[in-house]
Amino acid sequence: MSYQGKFRVWRGDDSGGALEDFTVEVNEGEVVLDIIHRLQATQAPDLAVRWNCKAGKCGSCSAEINGRPRLLCMTRMSVFEESETITVTPMRTFPIIRDLVTDVSFNYTKAREVPSFAPPKDLAPGEYRMQQVDVERSQEFRKCIECFLCQNTCHVVRDHEENKEAFSGPRFLMRVAELEMHPLDTADRVDQAQDDHGLGYCNITKCCSEVCPEHIHITDNALIPMKERVADRKYDPIVWLGNKLFKR
Amino acid sequence: MPELERHSFDVLVIGAGGAGLRAAIEAREHGMRTAVLCKSLFGKAHTVMAEGGIAAAMGNVNSSDSWQVHFRDTMRGGKFLNNWRMAELHAQEAPQRVWELETYGALFDRTKDGRISQRNFGGHEYPRLAHVGDRTGLELIRTLQQKIVSLQQEDFKEFGDYEERLRVFQEFTVTDLVKDGDRIAGAFGYWRESGRFVLFEAPAVILATGGIGKSFKVTSNSWEYTGDGHALALRAGASLINMEFIQFHPTGMVWPPSVKGILVTESVRGDGGVLRNSEGKRFMFDYIPEVFKDKYADNEEEGDRWYTDQANNRRPPELLPRDEVARAINSEVKAGRGSPHGGVFLDVSTRLPAEEIRKRLPSMHHQFKELADVDITAQPMEVGPTCHYVMGGVEVDPDTGSSSVAGLYAAGEVSGGMHGSNRLGGNSLSDLLVFGRRAGAGASEYVRALEQRPAVSEDTVTEARATALKPFQQEGGENPYTLHMELQQSMNDLVGIIRRQAEMEEALQRLEKLKERAQSLTVEGHQQFNPGWHLALDLRNMLLVSECVAKAALLRTESRGGHTRDDHPSMDAEWRRKLLVCNVSGDGVTVEEKPQIPIRSDLLDLFDRTELEKYLTAEELS
Ligand SMILES: Cc1cc2nc3c(=O)[nH]c(=O)nc-3n(C[C@H](O)[C@H](O)[C@H](O)COP(=O)(O)OP(=O)(O)OC[C@H]3O[C@@H](n4cnc5c(N)ncnc54)[C@H](O)[C@@H]3O)c2cc1C
Ligand code: SF4
Ligand code: SF4
Ligand code: FES
Repeated sequence: MSYQGKFRVWRGDDSGGALEDFTVEVNEGEVVLDIIHRLQATQAPDLAVRWNCKAGKCGSCSAEINGRPRLLCMTRMSVFEESETITVTPMRTFPIIRDLVTDVSFNYTKAREVPSFAPPKDLAPGEYRMQQVDVERSQEFRKCIECFLCQNTCHVVRDHEENKEAFSGPRFLMRVAELEMHPLDTADRVDQAQDDHGLGYCNITKCCSEVCPEHIHITDNALIPMKERVADRKYDPIVWLGNKLFKR
Repeated sequence: MPELERHSFDVLVIGAGGAGLRAAIEAREHGMRTAVLCKSLFGKAHTVMAEGGIAAAMGNVNSSDSWQVHFRDTMRGGKFLNNWRMAELHAQEAPQRVWELETYGALFDRTKDGRISQRNFGGHEYPRLAHVGDRTGLELIRTLQQKIVSLQQEDFKEFGDYEERLRVFQEFTVTDLVKDGDRIAGAFGYWRESGRFVLFEAPAVILATGGIGKSFKVTSNSWEYTGDGHALALRAGASLINMEFIQFHPTGMVWPPSVKGILVTESVRGDGGVLRNSEGKRFMFDYIPEVFKDKYADNEEEGDRWYTDQANNRRPPELLPRDEVARAINSEVKAGRGSPHGGVFLDVSTRLPAEEIRKRLPSMHHQFKELADVDITAQPMEVGPTCHYVMGGVEVDPDTGSSSVAGLYAAGEVSGGMHGSNRLGGNSLSDLLVFGRRAGAGASEYVRALEQRPAVSEDTVTEARATALKPFQQEGGENPYTLHMELQQSMNDLVGIIRRQAEMEEALQRLEKLKERAQSLTVEGHQQFNPGWHLALDLRNMLLVSECVAKAALLRTESRGGHTRDDHPSMDAEWRRKLLVCNVSGDGVTVEEKPQIPIRSDLLDLFDRTELEKYLTAEELS
């Protein structure tokens, strides 16, 4: 059942690096992360890789396998041919730290810029009442494991460093949508999404949704509805008038 | 030598799981300048993996529930060895802690009338676990993470700096605690990324580092679980209790080999899943122990009726406490009635419609499909016991989380006592919140009352640095990966789910040899993100903690909860009154007996006398 698999793994740091070839044992049922671990244990003890749960739950082990953004721990070796050379590279959108580990602090910065849940003032803890159907929309977005693969994939920032300032990326636009759709959140998040988080940059290509390991419908269920809300507000004459009259 | 990076805080929290984050929120709300340190990225601590739910007697699904019932279940689950004061505080405060999460933005699954829904779990008399599908840990950690962000946003508004009073240092490993005389003075460690050393000066340190499972070969735990906090506490002079009690979760994946040990949530059984052997028999009916006979159904019909009518039926034996189910599976496999890959069958496919399974157990469905090519809506799963949770940990004051060392606190899985000899499912997440909050408050009070802040001497720092760098100084010594594998194999085989005197003695001999070999660990490369070096440093902790487990297990000549002795198969009421306390002296571990504080009488009154007779000595009952 075992065979010798061929791997090319990117090694290096912020000053540069290159793909390195390895031949390594592959056993039945293994995932790519198992192979990386075997490399560490037998051939490259200082090969850097980030991981934690090894069960697709923590979102640490994001990388690109044959150019596709994926979780290393959820990519089974059986999806490849035994003769295939498998190339593993770090996520491209974020600065390299070393080998497969990138600096994902962009995401934490963006997370901090989304105003937090604004609880209703008149409800004490224990008094919250919400219907299952009403929480389900936001619950879908809360399945996010923050692997940042969608952030890595979105063409607005992939290879476009200059857009990082204005654009929060699909993960955090979805966070804004999650709060907007939370049945008890009291803040208004529609203008924020457009003005502060760059919703306008998104042209709904759905690439983010395609790579999401949690299969969240980021574009269809979060981004497009938010865009619709922005549009409603912009062109709805009553809203427009109200905004004019009551602007602080 | 490069300049040492230094930081100073009021309260230092080591660990960013549920316990650490809740402690940090509390300390910050008490006005303390607080730092959180963690080995992984922020939001990825082990708590993220928790699946089934969080236990709290809110009574949303069955209004007969109350803290008293929860307390009783917890004590029964722990076979009465629990620290009763912790069990009491936990049962009383858990509902508040869960409701509080909603004010931070958590979205639990709902009941029809819009309240938080609660599900059944092993050992809990009523449906009690608040949950979000089977990803409750993710919800918990994300909610606390987002609460921390909201506190940082407040600081930004007030001071123009997000990190004015609460800062997270991620991908950072603490290697040693530092002291000033008898008091805690801070912590020393390294950035995983650069390998550079940092000294944190702080009068109070809260350990929230989680568990020790990585010392065992088959485990549901991740690489973070190397017992760091347990070892840091020991080396700082604090004591550990209950280290002989390790929970083997009955249902881990057994195939394929590379995922062996990964957890299959108990919710599968809570929602109707049943265990069968290779003969197709629901074997759990043969394993109902005497003490639980009146609470569990002795036939399939009654067990099945229970899911819809709990008032008039006893629960199915698949929902016995974890230690019972794990032992039963072990026996079936040993008797040759196991599944092809050495487990038993867990089947939900014939019990619930496919749609319902996908809805209630989405991540299990996903996990089996992706990792094992098994569709759980159509096929049974193969499962077997996996090392899951350590009941033992730092001996703490129940009300404040304080250890025996001034300024050192502990909460969550790294602390001991709350769960006695066996933890009920769902009782950990609530434990994290209840005692995380209490430790945060306890540490804050301690700091506030201090007249003089402790100081760190340069010698301590030099020594901590030298210890951490040792593996680079040596050549041609031991490979940390090899040593780790040998340790895991020894603990798994010799101090595992079923224990015998001779095997544990053998384990201790092997541990001695491993300790010696660990002196000459050698790593290649440099300090920057070097997993070999990280493992070399973690091994020191794993070896120390494994010695505690093996020594305490050898001494306790009875079987109780997460400690099963083949040579002493019954429970002994005299042993219930005794705790085994581990300390470090020289480079070895000493274990001593210590009497338990008798259970307060009003709490004893919550039980029938006939039930107490099963656990307590005649002397205690008189
Ligand atoms: C698969 C699985 C499912 C579970 N399901 C449930 C469930 O449904 N219900 C339930 O109640 N319980 C469940 N549990 C148990 C529960 O999840 C854990 O006991 C609990 O999350 C532990 O939380 P904690 O806050 O103590 O530590 P953790 O969440 O493990 O956090 C430990 C933290 O300490 C940090 N740390 C450790 N050492 C160091 C160091 N040297 N320096 C710096 N930082 C350090 C880590 O990086 C991490 O941030 C489950 C456990 C597993 C493994
Ligand atoms: S749908 Fe929008 S956010 Fe998603 S990848 Fe395309 S442009 Fe980016
Ligand atoms: S939305 Fe999906 S792809 Fe994006 S970070 Fe979350 S889990 Fe990852
Ligand atoms: S290691 Fe957690 S998602 Fe891969």
